[in-house]
Amino acid sequence: MQDMAIELSGLSFAWPKQSPILQIDHFALPRGERLFLQGPSGCGKSTLLNLVGGVLTPLQGEIRLLGQPLAANSARQRDRMRADHVGFIFQSFNLLPYLSLEENVMLPCRFSRLRAERARAQYGSERDAARILLAALELDEPALQGRSVCDLSVGQQQRVAAARALIGSPEIIIADEPTSALDSDARQIFIDLLIRECDATGSTLLFVSHDRSLQQAFDRSLLLTEVNRARGGESC
Amino acid sequence: MLISLAWHSLWNRRSSVLLTVLAISISVMLLLGVEKVRVEARSSFANTISGTDLVVGARSGQVQLLLYSVFRIGDATNNISWQSYQEIAGHRNVAWTIPLALGDSHRGFRVLGTNQDYFRHYRYGAERQLSFAEGQPFDDLYDVVLGAEVAQKLGYKLGQQLVIAHGMGNTSFAEHKDKPFRVVGILARTGTPVDSTLHVSLEAIEAIHLDWRAGVPIPGAKVDAEKARALDLQPKQITAFMVGLKSKIATFHLQRAINNYRAEPLSAILPGVALQQLWQMIGIAEQALLVISGFVVLTGLIGMLTVLLSSLNERRREMAILRSVGARPWQIIALLTLETTVLTLLGCLVGTLLLYAALLLAQPWIEQLFGLHIAISALSSYQLQLLGLVAVAGILVGVVPGYRAYRNSLADGLTIRL
Repeated sequence: MQDMAIELSGLSFAWPKQSPILQIDHFALPRGERLFLQGPSGCGKSTLLNLVGGVLTPLQGEIRLLGQPLAANSARQRDRMRADHVGFIFQSFNLLPYLSLEENVMLPCRFSRLRAERARAQYGSERDAARILLAALELDEPALQGRSVCDLSVGQQQRVAAARALIGSPEIIIADEPTSALDSDARQIFIDLLIRECDATGSTLLFVSHDRSLQQAFDRSLLLTEVNRARGGESC
Repeated sequence: MLISLAWHSLWNRRSSVLLTVLAISISVMLLLGVEKVRVEARSSFANTISGTDLVVGARSGQVQLLLYSVFRIGDATNNISWQSYQEIAGHRNVAWTIPLALGDSHRGFRVLGTNQDYFRHYRYGAERQLSFAEGQPFDDLYDVVLGAEVAQKLGYKLGQQLVIAHGMGNTSFAEHKDKPFRVVGILARTGTPVDSTLHVSLEAIEAIHLDWRAGVPIPGAKVDAEKARALDLQPKQITAFMVGLKSKIATFHLQRAINNYRAEPLSAILPGVALQQLWQMIGIAEQALLVISGFVVLTGLIGMLTVLLSSLNERRREMAILRSVGARPWQIIALLTLETTVLTLLGCLVGTLLLYAALLLAQPWIEQLFGLHIAISALSSYQLQLLGLVAVAGILVGVVPGYRAYRNSLADGLTIRL
């Protein structure tokens, strides 16, 4: 069990007074794997992410992150698990407009001591870690220094978000439709860079998208509807 | 960490933040300003008369006696005889007296009959003596000395002639037209009722009433202004008088003696005590003012709440991002509460600075216009308490958007449904 990054068993979730939106008998993501999870929008994807992130708790069943049961923990411990071990990339508007590029990237270190320590151990300081990650994601042009994050292109913003998810080497990276706002060239560049950096940090990647054409770059791909027995999910 | 986030977030919204801080600081300035003016008005009120140990008049309540003798408001119940006045003035503990004869007016301003002792012994504020802006005390029978306000409002200059009306009222039909007065002196501004008074000698009051009885001219008994000079102008009655004692220890003794005076019913009052009593009566107005400015502060805080709550919807994504990187729900509350705290404290600080700037600018103007001298001093402990109260209220207000954001972020989780 130790080598599973995410493991769900007997999971079911429903919003109050609604039929279940998620029912998953078993789902396991081994450590270090890059999984492409495909599903049309509105079938419980974001609910699943909130469950794995520990923001929602399932009605039944068990979620294990890195071998530890999540649901049994208190809200505080779940917040801690998320801060320490999971990096998120969302569809768009990932960044805080009032922080600089580097500060946006360093944000997880403010909430997780573990990731701050790892960043320091690896690169000397959190700021150096942010700088090196930004450089690795090809965001080290001097022109970008001191610019507001709002001035960046969407593709650049998504790469900053990726750097933020990767800082402090969390074991799990969850990317929720991170490329849907990008054009096809930027899309491919983003995915290549993300996978390369996940390899470098050894992070497990759960990449969620409705766009089947992206799946070649991943170790494995899975249809959410294959594992989700719930018929509902008209709206997620 | 949260502090720097809150600061950056506020800086990012600086234009609306600036307006919010401005609204709070103006309300804080108003609150502190009203309190300041209240305290100064009170002390200026208490400074109307000083150095006088007793005010003596016909028997009446002490507030009424104070009102007509010092503030020149209302009328005396009765006069007191010259004889009683002389007797008390000759008492061994009495250092000086100032006789006051009231009852006439000039275009709405009171005319006071008195003597040279008025200019010598009358004190106001911190034992300040009356001083002349122009001219000198009255000397001739038909000389008049104007208070600063009278001279300014009516535009009178030295040497100008004026006529005194019988009784009060702006357009009195009964005027002492036959005996015009000449302006010989104008007093410097004091910020007291002295400014709105015309001063003549007791003899002049006597002279203009020679041919009058019971408020009307005696038919056919015209006494020429020049002929009046030859007559006996010793007053028979005065309205009241002020007493200065050689030793304060004798105050209560003499007061009791006057109150038990056998020849006629008199009242002697301690001006300080009567002022205190009077202030308590009009103190309700000052309280009302303070309450109103309290509501202004409340308005400022509600304005802040409005701005923060309305920006909350736009900031749901910000909260979701913070949650995704591991922020705990209480940290979301803390972040927003911290913002209102920063806003409130900034508002308090700027408001205080604005108050002092305004005081510096308005001080000479207020003194000129209302005769109210506002001392610029450090915040009083009561003002500090008010500031503290505003700060606490502001921080409590911050809990509301904090709680809303907390609820939002629980509902939104890591995704935003907008």
